[in-house]
Amino acid sequence: MSNIGIYEERLKDFNWSISERELGYRAGDVLNIGYHCSDRICQLGKGGKLAMLWEDHQGHEKRFTFDDIRVLSNTIAAFLVRLGVQPGERVCLFMDRVPELYIGFLGVLKMGGIVQPLFSAFREDSLLTRLKDAATSVVITQRKHLPVVRRTRENLTSLRSIVVVDAEGAQLKDKEVALSMEGEPRVETFVVFPSTAETPSVLHYTSGTTGQPKGAQHVHYSLISQYLTTKWVLDLQPDDIYWCNADPGWVTGTSYGIIGPWANGATQAVLDAGFSAPRWYAFLQKNKVTVWYSAPTAIRLLMREGTELVRQYDLSSLRHLCSVGEPLNAEAVLWSKEAFGLAFHDTYWQTETGCIVVTNLPGMPVKPGSMGKPFPGITAAIVDLKTAEPIDKPGAVGLIGLKPGWPSIIRTYWNNPTGYAAKFKNGWYLTGDRASKDRDGYFWFVGRDDDVINTGGHLVGPFEIESALLEHPAVAESAAVAKPDPTNMEVVKAFVTLKPGHEGNDDLELEIMNFIRKRLSPLAMPQEIEFVASLPKTRSGKIMRRVLRAQEFGEPVGDISTLMDE
Amino acid sequence: MDEMERTILDYVVKEYLEEDDDREVTVDTPLISGGIVDSFSMVSLKRFLEKKYQIQIPDADASADAFDTVTSICAVVRKFKRN
Repeated sequence: MSNIGIYEERLKDFNWSISERELGYRAGDVLNIGYHCSDRICQLGKGGKLAMLWEDHQGHEKRFTFDDIRVLSNTIAAFLVRLGVQPGERVCLFMDRVPELYIGFLGVLKMGGIVQPLFSAFREDSLLTRLKDAATSVVITQRKHLPVVRRTRENLTSLRSIVVVDAEGAQLKDKEVALSMEGEPRVETFVVFPSTAETPSVLHYTSGTTGQPKGAQHVHYSLISQYLTTKWVLDLQPDDIYWCNADPGWVTGTSYGIIGPWANGATQAVLDAGFSAPRWYAFLQKNKVTVWYSAPTAIRLLMREGTELVRQYDLSSLRHLCSVGEPLNAEAVLWSKEAFGLAFHDTYWQTETGCIVVTNLPGMPVKPGSMGKPFPGITAAIVDLKTAEPIDKPGAVGLIGLKPGWPSIIRTYWNNPTGYAAKFKNGWYLTGDRASKDRDGYFWFVGRDDDVINTGGHLVGPFEIESALLEHPAVAESAAVAKPDPTNMEVVKAFVTLKPGHEGNDDLELEIMNFIRKRLSPLAMPQEIEFVASLPKTRSGKIMRRVLRAQEFGEPVGDISTLMDE
Repeated sequence: MDEMERTILDYVVKEYLEEDDDREVTVDTPLISGGIVDSFSMVSLKRFLEKKYQIQIPDADASADAFDTVTSICAVVRKFKRN
């Protein structure tokens, strides 16, 4: 029997207090995610249980029990206190998937800091934008990422310290300090910061259509949602070995790659390596992974390698598969049934929701290609694109609206309350995703309702790319839009007009691609650049991205009455 | 190391490693699974190879495993240079 039991029965009397009770939390109590993911598990008698099976691309392995996690997160928390970090200050984790990232996440929370995880593939401009906005005090990083961090520090007045977790042999500069997590004296006892439900916890940056990325501000009470959705959707049980592919630089990697599984006392496997189908299958086999949370792009990459490769490995330990990041196409669901004998269960949520909100639950019949149904406690509806009035007609397309009030919804955007307020209308949180609902209550994804590009499950904002493009000496104007892609769902395509004296050719295209990759990140790099004589604009001079996007998708361009005559 | 291996290795080091990154990269260093080149950046690497060697590499042949080392990349390039 799955943890959730029968979905319809759960809906009848659902209350988030189920989660509060299981976590031993009562309103007004101290609530600290760092404590709940380590100390509390030890207090429940599971200190000797494996918390993390870690492996890197060279085959190095490390194992940590929950007691190790408890003590090492204490060690990092105490180190930060000695460094002078105050509760409420932002501490950025800028690392690959090394143990210090996972354990440091808990350490920052234990000492009352706000943890700001950033994807380690971010380059200078992307990093600078996010650290500047958050007025980050400390960055914890690795030697390999130190050059990028160093290039941002001149422009960061608030940055006091750069902590390097593998500094042995490195020439550290001013304000740089070494931290050897396993080399430091172990701190057995640390007084955890007495955070409460609404104390800020995690700051994840996410992209929108306009302006620079926004810091989605979560609080410690998010644990209530993350614990229960992990238990019911991912169905983690005491003997499971769980693998979440997501990088903790993104919200899946923290909500379901750290908080959810460890608050449930589950053992998780972590692979710090890039994608390789044989490597992944070998990792699943070796660690006897039972529950796997992956992403459509990864699944489609595995599909390209075929089922014959799958047959070379013993993957019989797998019992439950889930997916997140972008819509899971029906073909991928059907392929996974053939390859693994199990269907991937699509889960839908956003950085702002903090937890899974619409999903295919264990025991629920999977309709391939569907997003599933709302998690108990989540009121989801299809609402009118303009008025945000619910539309109760099967098949009608509108925005996915969610009734605010579940524990893990963000509390604001950092420094941007106006942007936060704009996410709500008529009493609904508007996701910006278009979908329909069928007669059985299943949601079906249609597409984004804005210009944000969903590439490989990551949202990329066009404004940030266009701003960086304009820094290239040859670029006069630009527009970044989504282009359909069979593997990543969407990729970035840039339309560019050139300054006089420059000629659009293959050399310049590659140069601009690499320019953006090095400035922002590989995700933001246009996979194609089209040199054009002019860009479609409104009469007021605003570039009409939607016209270009519609061209790429072969869709009608819609109302172009405001298009400026050339 | 032949000229093609040298050219591609130099390009990878120049484009995908930070200036003061002291990691040693050889023709057999895992690039994709080793986290030096990610799957998104493969597009720019593929574009470089196509331009440099005047070839077209079908997407099916530009898999993460085929692009994982300079040695395996050279095998892909040679295959399409012959055709």
